[in-house]
Amino acid sequence: MSRIGILLIVLGGLAVLAAIGVGTAWLAVRRRRSRYAWFFLGMLILPLAVLALLPARDPVPVGAGGEVLVEVRGLRKWFPVQKGFIANLLSRGHTDYVKAVDDVSFTIKRGEVLGLAGESGSGKSTVGRLVLRLLDPTEGEVVVDGVDLARLDKENLRVYRHKMQVVFQDPLASLNPRMTVGQAIEHPAQIHLPDTTPEERKRLVFELLDAVGMSPPDFFYSKYPHQVSGGQRQRIVLARALITQPDLIVADEPIASADVSVQALLLELMIKLKDEFDLTYLFITHDLATTKYICDRIGIMYLGKIVEIGPLQEVFENPQHPYTRALLSAVPVPDPRHRRTEPLPTGEIPNPINPPPGCNFHPRCPIAAAGVCDGELPSLRPVPGSEDHLVSCHLRTGDHTHLDPARTGGPSA
Amino acid sequence: MTQDAIAADRSSVATGDVLYSIRDLSVEYGTRAGEVAAVDRVSLDIRKGEILGLVGESGCGKSTLGKAMMRMISPPGRITQGELWFAGEDLMTVSEAQMREIRGARLGMVFQDPMTSLNPLSKIVDHLTETITTHEPSVSEAAARDRAEQLIGRLGLRVERIDDYPHQFSGGMRQRIMIALALALRADLVIADEPTTALDVIVEAQFLDLLRELRAEFDLTIIMITHNIGVVAEVADRVAVMYAGRMAELGSVDEVFLDTKHPYGQGLLRAVPNIELDGSDLYQMEGAPPNLLHTPSGCPFHPRCPHVMPICSEREPAFAEVTPGHRASCWLFQEHDGEGER
Ligand SMILES: Nc1ncnc2c1ncn2[C@@H]1O[C@H](COP(=O)(O)OP(=O)(O)O)[C@@H](O)[C@H]1O
Ligand SMILES: Nc1ncnc2c1ncn2[C@@H]1O[C@H](COP(=O)(O)OP(=O)(O)O)[C@@H](O)[C@H]1O
Ligand code: SF4
Ligand SMILES: [Mg+2]
Ligand SMILES: [Mg+2]
Repeated sequence: MSRIGILLIVLGGLAVLAAIGVGTAWLAVRRRRSRYAWFFLGMLILPLAVLALLPARDPVPVGAGGEVLVEVRGLRKWFPVQKGFIANLLSRGHTDYVKAVDDVSFTIKRGEVLGLAGESGSGKSTVGRLVLRLLDPTEGEVVVDGVDLARLDKENLRVYRHKMQVVFQDPLASLNPRMTVGQAIEHPAQIHLPDTTPEERKRLVFELLDAVGMSPPDFFYSKYPHQVSGGQRQRIVLARALITQPDLIVADEPIASADVSVQALLLELMIKLKDEFDLTYLFITHDLATTKYICDRIGIMYLGKIVEIGPLQEVFENPQHPYTRALLSAVPVPDPRHRRTEPLPTGEIPNPINPPPGCNFHPRCPIAAAGVCDGELPSLRPVPGSEDHLVSCHLRTGDHTHLDPARTGGPSA
Repeated sequence: MTQDAIAADRSSVATGDVLYSIRDLSVEYGTRAGEVAAVDRVSLDIRKGEILGLVGESGCGKSTLGKAMMRMISPPGRITQGELWFAGEDLMTVSEAQMREIRGARLGMVFQDPMTSLNPLSKIVDHLTETITTHEPSVSEAAARDRAEQLIGRLGLRVERIDDYPHQFSGGMRQRIMIALALALRADLVIADEPTTALDVIVEAQFLDLLRELRAEFDLTIIMITHNIGVVAEVADRVAVMYAGRMAELGSVDEVFLDTKHPYGQGLLRAVPNIELDGSDLYQMEGAPPNLLHTPSGCPFHPRCPHVMPICSEREPAFAEVTPGHRASCWLFQEHDGEGER
């Protein structure tokens, strides 16, 4: 049932209650039974009070976020580690947690593409699922278009969800093998756009097939997912995401499973769709090279935290965090003349159940200062001379910049 | 090895003896829909001491070629023709027992997912010592363990971990263990099929550095099969580009990347994201790689080629030298009458 319908019924019910309240109170006064009068007056006042409160609860004020579409504040997601019965006894019920996302904050402006990059296990996908509220956060807030998603009840969250869509890496897994391409794309519209007629929806599907480059649309409309190529399947998933007219698309490694030549086509398509449909993207990838072609800003994640975030060009040309520098330098470049400029960090990413104290990166960091980096957690602070380029490193933006070898003339790792 | 030494190192293997020679090799898979020509009349020489990068998009036949070199093609696949010359012997003519011997001792293989070739119930040390003592019965258990410990240490793993089981290692460490297995027997040739594809970039870079060091130290020859063009540029001395089961281009890494001949390679290089280039757009190559049930006629790239000529769909170009050592199968570089034959 539509929200308007529910609202009308509630209002009607309240009006009836109020009318009964007024009527019986009047009767009671006339019969000089004031005790009842108060009771009936209460019946009158209660619905009025509820009515007065109603607008304040209406959780879907469109466009309330203004320029900012997504705001994430202090987001945490800790997954409890499943232990065997004996291990549980031995630890006396003490629970360990995988700190998959640990105090992450960022904003995405309307029309912007924010990239989230980092090695596997750094928490990128978990952030994506928290933003979509496919997962409940352990702590922190996700505000989309001015609305705190945690405050929405089930019904409103469902309604709200059509503004946010998701595209995953493997299109075959996201498509029902028994639905035709046309049915798959139309399906979300049946739920989210119930007022449209089947004919309108079919026309919409055709338009979208055309928009994602699957033409002629009537050729693909009745095909099944296994009858088209991998790249075309991802186009179908994009079309399906667009049918509910979302504001935000969370794309989690959307081109990772495609071939190089197809990756370029999908990337170009996503850029085109963004402009055509006024979209905002959270673009999650482990491949830094592709972010260059689509992202406006980029956040680098390490062990559940954002260690650096800022305008893409600034982060790429002037990376500050030692981890960002190592990561950028390790990306293989398709040019045999290219030589790496930074030393590789030694070892591998530590266990997220027991991350190192202080700065998470300090055991692998080429410039870590003993007594500083292994003690206190650095916070994300702006790089001097820049407003929106933030880095969490004691030696780069913290209180110990005098220890930075780049300043003292040492190696500029 | 320093980054500067890489360039010098690369040129030193420019001319070497041929260690492995593939002649006119074809491999087909029989499927319900028909025969898939996964490797189609491929000829290729691998030089002693080189790292040869074998690249191409998925499904072009790279893994099949790698497995065929080890004679590891199993039904529904079969080698339908060709010769495989390894150190003076045609592997197509040796018995399966001899082949097993060669496979264990002189040809090593590293796969994308090492768990498929490690026994989850055996400790790492047992994998190593067992490999050594089976192929070299004269080596004592203790000597084998010694050798295993040295290798593990050399590959950057802590020696205590030799008594751990495969699942206790990360992906990057397991790939090092696979290399250790090949080195335990002093293999001459290691065929690594997408060894870094499941690894993150930093671990991948560490692994590639290690491969280069080992090549020099152990006099290894390595075939690096990958779809990642950046990895090839980083590590290979020579590059072979495959398309639709056939060789499209072959040359030194500089020739193939900086003086690309084949239009497929040219398109591919412009389509791949390059973190070092300034804001250029990615090239939009038309179409997708073909289904090898129905490889296109003539030059298999002709339906996607921006330079297509009438002859391209009618006759197959030869895989011929454009300049000495640099080959391409493309009519743009070969004599033809311009019209194609009837
Ligand atoms: N549902 C889950 N239960 C337990 N641990 C999880 C779950 N989802 C993710 N994790 C863990 O959280 C960490 C971050 O995972 P993820 O967000 O998938 O990282 P990324 O996308 O960057 O690879 C990893 O250590 C992962 O194992
Ligand atoms: N076991 C098999 N059965 C049928 N076809 C196969 C089999 N293995 C590979 N193929 C086909 O052979 C072709 C080449 O595959 P492969 O050698 O795995 O390519 P690559 O390693 O370059 O991705 C593909 O078209 C693939 O579908
Ligand atoms: S805070 Fe210290 S350990 Fe962390 S990145 Fe900066 S220098 Fe390295
Ligand atoms: Mg992920
Ligand atoms: Mg393969």
